[in-house]
Amino acid sequence: MNPPSPDTGPLATRREFFRRGLRAGAAIAATGGLGAWLLNRHPPGDFSRVRASDPRRDFSVRTAGPRMAVATGRSRPAMLRGAMAAMGGIERFIERGDRVMLKVNAAFATPAVLGATTHPELLAELVRLCRGAGAASVVVTDNPINAPESCFELSGIAPAARAAGADLFVPGPGSFRPGTLPGGRLIRDWPVLFEPFAGVTKLIGVAPVKSHDRAGASMTMKNWYGLLGGRRNQFHQDIDGIIVELAMLVKPTLVVLDGTDTMMTNGPTGGSLADLKATNTLIVATDAVAADALGATLLGRSSRDLPYLGRAAGLGLGTTDFESLHPARVPAQSS
Amino acid sequence: MRITHARRIAQVFFFALFAWLCLVATVGTRFWQWRGWPIRWFLELDPLVALGTALTTHSLYPALSWALAVIVLTVLFGRVFCGWICPFGSIHHFVSWLARRSWPLKRRMEANRYRPAQVVKYCILAALLSAAALPAGRMMLASLQTGLLDPIPLVNRSFNLAALSIGDLAAGRWPGASRFCSGAGLIGAIFLAFVLLNVAAPRFYCRFVCPLGALLGIIGSAAPWGVGARRSKCTECGVCDLNCAGACNPMGPIRLSECLMCMNCLDDCPAEGPVNYGPRPSPAGEIVSPGMSRRDFVVSVAAGLAVAPLARLGGRTAGDWPAGMIRPPGSVAEEEFLARCVKCSECVKVCPTNVLQPAGFGFGLEALWTPVLNNRVGVSGCQSNCIACGRACPTGAIRPMTLDEKLGQGEFKAAGPIRIGLAYVDRGRCLPWAMERPCIVCEETCPVSPKAIRLEEVEETTRDGAKVRLQRPVVDPGRCIGCGVCEHECPMSGLRAIRVTADNETRDRNHAVLLRNEN
Repeated sequence: MNPPSPDTGPLATRREFFRRGLRAGAAIAATGGLGAWLLNRHPPGDFSRVRASDPRRDFSVRTAGPRMAVATGRSRPAMLRGAMAAMGGIERFIERGDRVMLKVNAAFATPAVLGATTHPELLAELVRLCRGAGAASVVVTDNPINAPESCFELSGIAPAARAAGADLFVPGPGSFRPGTLPGGRLIRDWPVLFEPFAGVTKLIGVAPVKSHDRAGASMTMKNWYGLLGGRRNQFHQDIDGIIVELAMLVKPTLVVLDGTDTMMTNGPTGGSLADLKATNTLIVATDAVAADALGATLLGRSSRDLPYLGRAAGLGLGTTDFESLHPARVPAQSS
Repeated sequence: MRITHARRIAQVFFFALFAWLCLVATVGTRFWQWRGWPIRWFLELDPLVALGTALTTHSLYPALSWALAVIVLTVLFGRVFCGWICPFGSIHHFVSWLARRSWPLKRRMEANRYRPAQVVKYCILAALLSAAALPAGRMMLASLQTGLLDPIPLVNRSFNLAALSIGDLAAGRWPGASRFCSGAGLIGAIFLAFVLLNVAAPRFYCRFVCPLGALLGIIGSAAPWGVGARRSKCTECGVCDLNCAGACNPMGPIRLSECLMCMNCLDDCPAEGPVNYGPRPSPAGEIVSPGMSRRDFVVSVAAGLAVAPLARLGGRTAGDWPAGMIRPPGSVAEEEFLARCVKCSECVKVCPTNVLQPAGFGFGLEALWTPVLNNRVGVSGCQSNCIACGRACPTGAIRPMTLDEKLGQGEFKAAGPIRIGLAYVDRGRCLPWAMERPCIVCEETCPVSPKAIRLEEVEETTRDGAKVRLQRPVVDPGRCIGCGVCEHECPMSGLRAIRVTADNETRDRNHAVLLRNEN
């Protein structure tokens, strides 16, 4: 604050006036420059414009060829070990240093015994096998339907993963990126799980066999639904279409289909032991279509009852004729 | 001619121009209708509209380039906009004069002394701009609330929605007569309150409230020319305060950011007296700072940064988005909408059917006075062949569209028509569905071709045993554009038997209902 008096002299005034004149000129130039730079940088609607990328991911091991193994028994870890051995050993698929993602079915916050989610004992054994083959890291993830944290904890998946030495990834709103599937009609500018795939070199899908009132059956192919974000339930308007597109979207290293107990009714949530039937089967395959075609028989159905299987096979994404893979049969271990 | 005469002529001219542009903001080709009148020119001039939207969107909407001219004017000459151009300021100027013209000189001079509370407007500005400066982009938090108190949107809203609507209602024969405006009472009351506060203090709004005045005060405080005084000649008679509009202490040291360039002090100071206009600095000294303490500043910024995210916590832009909030066609997605809309109501005024209304408090605090459709008001729903609102919007909250884009024709055929919502039949209220009476007004008035409402034919037996053939309306969600004409025409005038919600609106894919819409 200047003192009220005395008045400043004319010389000082003139100098100050020129100083202010220069400053005003600079301010005007800056305003003009900033205005020109900002002019229509983001036209209206720019913020919701989707910049979709190709979301396809291929984790298949070509050298392994199409393979399938079917184990019988009640002990999931034992069946998994047996089936993996029959596949030629997990080392055929997981190499030292691999970063493995296990896409489980953690859709519901229900206990493992109800069979609506991937069984923690199966998951833990799979993590141990991957670790044993030299995997540098194993991450377990899904985008569940019920509250995500509750799903992972109550299903026993989170404790099992942690105990076996895997990381758990719970997706948030920022974990998805818009993707447009080449040749797809449904997955267009759609949020697809992105974040946990960073650095991942192998992908294994692990799902139980469940009846599903909309899709007919939920097995390893339907399990990829968890890769979708956004208001994905719109896709129930074309459930076969979306399952086929998901098969186009992701090619896994392996799928593990758990038919130890099959959810025969009230799928895909179940909720009662009465919904389950002991079918004593565990399938490991490189071909998800073949695995699910065999899984359908556990539900008392055939691949013809599940249109997405035929459509996926028609696109060359696998075969419904699982016998053509000459699946290795692993009988129950007498332990 | 004295400089104050020139100022009064400018004030009357710009006020009349403003009032005229409000009046002609109505669709039509007569000279008193829109035609080519630049109806949003005052909004485009407003640097706070330009700065606010630039902060929220990191972009300058081309129409707002006019504001750069006002900034240049202010950098060179101070708050000339406030003293000479602003229509709201001119109203305050006039009412302040009216209220005090018979007061004794001493009281008038006292009324125009600087008061520390004048710093409040800088706090308001800091808070509003802080809320606007929150991050934009994918997680858009930026909230543009300048329009609540920015004088040009405020006076525009008040004239368009309250003053002119009352005129319409009273005249009855005015074109577009009997327009209604939800919330006009509040909008008009706020306007009246600010006008009447001039009785408490002259140009109350300009001195204590106006965030645009604060912005221009800061921009203009370094102007090379201005009003100044020479203490050596001054007798300290104080007459320069007599009509001082800004309460800026012209006798010196003058408060640069408060001076409205009204020039009354020049006029009132005796000839050859100490007060004059010329190159700065003023010999009697200057106070450049707006007077905000660091604490004022920090508190204001913190308030702005906190309140906008707090409002967002309500979830009205997320899962709990209001289904009844039907935005006009061409509106951008809601988060960007809230980052662009200045609540000026230009779109509401030009809407030829009056279906467009300022939102009340029901759609979330941030959405207050933003445009929404109310199909129960006005003469019809959204007209298929009308794109007036997007052309009137000064900030691009409603994109300017061609008819081809709106209707999904020509090069926009693949994209399909712009949908603003989806109609739902209430089968419990619908005459042919629930009451065995033929009707199908909704189907008849559906403007989509082929119609978005199809009919199911049934034959029912009434309680008298008579056979009645009924056609029952069924909405085809793939064709419905949500225009609301059906809802407006439905004969169930209490709660309509067919109602539109914003489901399936084009502007937000998260609101989609269908996997694919037939075009």
